[in-house]
Amino acid sequence: MDQLFVHIDQAIIHWAQAVLPDWMAVIVAMKIPIVAIAIFGPVTMMYLTLIERKLLARIQNRFGPNRVGKFGLLQPLADGVKMLTKEDIVPEKADKIAHLLAPILIVIPALLVFAVLPFGRNMIAVDLNIGVLFFLAMSGTTTLFIFTAAWASHNKFSLLGGMRSVAQMISYEIPFVLSVVPVLVVVGSFSTVAIVEAQPGLHWFVFTPWGAVGFFIFFICAVAEVNRTPFDLPEAESELVAGFHTEYSGMKFALFYMAEFMNVFTVSALVATVFLGGWQGPILPSWVWFLLKTYTLILIMMWFRGTFPRLRADQLMGFAWKFLLELTFVNIIVAAIWYEMRSPLNHLTAAAILIVTIIVLFQFNKTEIPKKRIYKYAYAD
Amino acid sequence: MEVLTAISKVGIYVIFGVTLLGAMMAVTLRNIFHAALSLALTLIGVAAVFFVLRAEFLGAVQILLYVGGIMILVIFTVMLTTRIGDRTIPTSNHQQWPVLIGALLLLLYFVRMIGKTPWSIKSELAVVSAVQIGKSLVSTFIFPFELTAVILVAILIGTVILAKSDEGEEKS
Amino acid sequence: MIPLHHILFFSSTLFCIGLFGALSRRHVVGILISVEIMLNAANVNLVAFSRWTGLIPVNAQVFAIFIITLAAAAAAVALAIVLTIYRNRKTIYTNEIDLLKW
Repeated sequence: MDQLFVHIDQAIIHWAQAVLPDWMAVIVAMKIPIVAIAIFGPVTMMYLTLIERKLLARIQNRFGPNRVGKFGLLQPLADGVKMLTKEDIVPEKADKIAHLLAPILIVIPALLVFAVLPFGRNMIAVDLNIGVLFFLAMSGTTTLFIFTAAWASHNKFSLLGGMRSVAQMISYEIPFVLSVVPVLVVVGSFSTVAIVEAQPGLHWFVFTPWGAVGFFIFFICAVAEVNRTPFDLPEAESELVAGFHTEYSGMKFALFYMAEFMNVFTVSALVATVFLGGWQGPILPSWVWFLLKTYTLILIMMWFRGTFPRLRADQLMGFAWKFLLELTFVNIIVAAIWYEMRSPLNHLTAAAILIVTIIVLFQFNKTEIPKKRIYKYAYAD
Repeated sequence: MEVLTAISKVGIYVIFGVTLLGAMMAVTLRNIFHAALSLALTLIGVAAVFFVLRAEFLGAVQILLYVGGIMILVIFTVMLTTRIGDRTIPTSNHQQWPVLIGALLLLLYFVRMIGKTPWSIKSELAVVSAVQIGKSLVSTFIFPFELTAVILVAILIGTVILAKSDEGEEKS
Repeated sequence: MIPLHHILFFSSTLFCIGLFGALSRRHVVGILISVEIMLNAANVNLVAFSRWTGLIPVNAQVFAIFIITLAAAAAAVALAIVLTIYRNRKTIYTNEIDLLKW
């Protein structure tokens, strides 16, 4: 069971070697993971929309989509048909080329990052030796395309959404990138496979003091990076209509949606890989463990969406720059200390330093609540 | 196998072509926003060249810093300064033609010098790993490394002071 | 693999395009874009030399990293200056910024 997909892959390659000429067989062998990802990505996205709608409905005491197919399982297909048949509206004053290119380009990095995710033992498309860095770099380019979309729409609300998106993503990118550094320090490699193999059995990094802190920072920043509630200021419906995709309709809008949901999946998968041990775990096959961890994180994100109110812009910025950034810096040093010290002592030292840091940062970040005013003469009678 | 080698070679030249096209668009397009987007194309092309030359770490850093950082800064500045859709103003100054001739002559000179120089090419092409770069940064190049840190702090302070609007005057 | 010459031709062409842009643009941001292209051309050269000829291949890549870092920092300062100029003069075309003091 564990190597099921690997065996299928091998079987197809064997068949290709028997039937096709040599060089075509090599091309087929290269294309199998690409085709698998190109199918897996959009299908995941389609059913994530369904899961999200169902879950949000349950949180709000509704049923959610249940008309098309059993439990609404065909709803995504119906949505797809609707999106495809909708009229494609381009505003007259829009920058036509950029307006067309932005939704197409935004899907590319979202698909590319699938390549470095280890879905299970021996189940990775490309084991790049800079895997994590590649992921972070690719997800960083999303900002540019969101901004292009916002600018090309020639619409006030889009532009405001774009500006907010850039400010937010730039701010959260720094703790996002730096919170992985402790893991890289301990593992000594950028490769996602090496990171997973450094957490055998249940020795996941999240169970070490610096790993726990790193996991929380990384997950929060991941939620902010994919623009989801409570960090969804760029597309706040109640303030900005729909933010950067206000002027998009039909399939172009669907592409933005697709990029967003694929980013949700890949980012959760990266969090699971780096801190939750990826496909490591007892009993179950490796890819089941991986999907289990990833979907747990995705469901937590949806739970956030159902329960948290949106942050204010100043709270958003303050949280990134005044709290998360300092904590990540301390966390890197703590990880180095943990790595150098001997076993029981290192956990205690690391935990002590981190707890002190968090308390100090909380003290500095306290919102100033003005003293309760007593109106002496207000109720004079 | 020859087919695959040929395909990969053609791929490299395609990357070169796209990058140069992006650069030409970046320096000639009228709409400065489109020029900035072409710059992004150029930068991604250069990152791809790095990947082809087996400098993966540099390629990733290039995308992370240039496309994720500098491009955003440039686009932000375009946004904050020009009126959107201002296309009537000429974008190049009167030196355009002399500069074009000068640049072409310089290119000619470069090409001749590259052709004439006897390069001492190694028998085995080098591959540099990220670990080697890191070790080199904190051993051989420790002084420039620290110096860069000082410069970055200075630039951080300088940028904040420059970009801050003056408190005394009315806010602009 | 392709020969070293071709990469050097590529990078010198990139450099000359950047040079042309830096000297012929009127828009300050346009000039900055051209300068970034020139810096990238230099980086391509460094990486190519590191792969084909260098005695210690790491050194060239470390240099490239320094260049990228300082280019990012320089871009930040330059854009802050552009913003300040725009705030004071309401223009960012180089031929209109012609006062030494105001």
